[in-house]
Amino acid sequence: MSSLAAAESHATREPARVIQPAWVRTMHWINAFAMILMIMSGWQIYNASPLFDFRFSSNITLGGWLGGALLWHFAAMWLLVINGLVYFIVGLATGRFRRKLLPITPGGVLSDLKAALTFKLSHDDLAKYNYVQKVLYAGILLVGVVIVLSGLSMWKPVQLHWLVSLFGGYDVARFVHFVCMSLIVAFLIVHVVLALLVPRSLRAMIIGR
Amino acid sequence: MARKRSLLIPGVDKRLLIKDAIKVMPDLSRRRFLTGGASLGALTLLAGCDVVDSSSAEEVLKKVSKFNDAVQAWMFNPDALAPEFPESAITRPFPFNAYYDLDDAPEIDGKDWKLEVRGLVDNKKSWTLEELYKLPQVKQVTRHICVEGWSAIGSWTGTPLRDFLKLIGADTRANYVWFQCADREGYNSPLDMRTALHPQTQMTFKFADDILPRAYGYPMKIRVPTKLGFKNPKYVISMEVTNDYKGGYWEDQGYNSFSGN
Repeated sequence: MSSLAAAESHATREPARVIQPAWVRTMHWINAFAMILMIMSGWQIYNASPLFDFRFSSNITLGGWLGGALLWHFAAMWLLVINGLVYFIVGLATGRFRRKLLPITPGGVLSDLKAALTFKLSHDDLAKYNYVQKVLYAGILLVGVVIVLSGLSMWKPVQLHWLVSLFGGYDVARFVHFVCMSLIVAFLIVHVVLALLVPRSLRAMIIGR
Repeated sequence: MARKRSLLIPGVDKRLLIKDAIKVMPDLSRRRFLTGGASLGALTLLAGCDVVDSSSAEEVLKKVSKFNDAVQAWMFNPDALAPEFPESAITRPFPFNAYYDLDDAPEIDGKDWKLEVRGLVDNKKSWTLEELYKLPQVKQVTRHICVEGWSAIGSWTGTPLRDFLKLIGADTRANYVWFQCADREGYNSPLDMRTALHPQTQMTFKFADDILPRAYGYPMKIRVPTKLGFKNPKYVISMEVTNDYKGGYWEDQGYNSFSGN
């Protein structure tokens, strides 16, 4: 095989290698939009009756007052839940979750975590997640499920009283909802920082490769 | 300084003047659904219209809220009972909560008070407190959940609203029972008929076995454990059985009208 042919075959093979398929990209950005609306309006709702000794600044909340924030929260809710449900169904049906996120072994997580903390973790192949990524992505999917369930408990504590008792009561569900929000925000910060550090990953999430 | 002073009218109570002025002023923060980062371009896609002017976003949000009313009505199970608690779980003191201070709460003389009954009912006679007290009563210890997110457990004793509606020959196929209250701003609120007929929806006369205190709505509040707190009218003076949606004090300002638990 001549070097020219090799280069050609390389060139024709390259565009076919899609790291993020279109459905992942579409749902990722819908999710990002819906989540930001949910978080900002959620902070405004929190301010009406804070669980802790602080309030969120009005510069980072959405809705202007409790009633407006509730309208935003319960509108963005549909976008988030429908998008999330489709994401879960397609992710499971296509085997993407299994392929990308499993297996997760404690040994693998420990060694990759050590490598990450010493800045030695390789990020060459964007299509393959390391164990730290696997744990974070699988974990945030789980947090997503719990925040929706705790949110449903607060929204319909009579109709879904079995769900409320699963959380250990209405007040506990409020705390769980808040803790999940905090975990998501923490994840978002790490996620965005890493995406900026590895610009190719951001490109892949926009154009696919 | 001198200029400021000249703005004050001699002989007028400064405090009262400001209070009245605030009342007349539209509450900007209440109506402002869009703030800072909220004029998101992406919302244009959602709304299918120009969202640079915030009123169109407001319209979309109101439409979604109407849709959510319908979804909640569909989810509502008329047989699902709100969990009941032991008396030891009662929150003491049970919080006073209103859009006014306790000092401004209606002071009602039970002897003069009458409950007016209007609309699609056979018997439109008004009821004195003495007459209402003679009706069979039941007690419930249930959780009151405020739209703000806090909650408190209370003990409520009174007559199931559905028994009273039957007694006055109300058309229970009508859409709403609309309540009006004795508050200064005339609080009112519509209750959908299925919720009005829920076994735990109650005309409440007692809190923790004592005559309902002024703070909780003396002489009568409507206790609706399947709704958020703001849909539990206090100091009730009239009820109307109607097919029309007549709005409500908080509903008109943007709170979701169904607001069911």
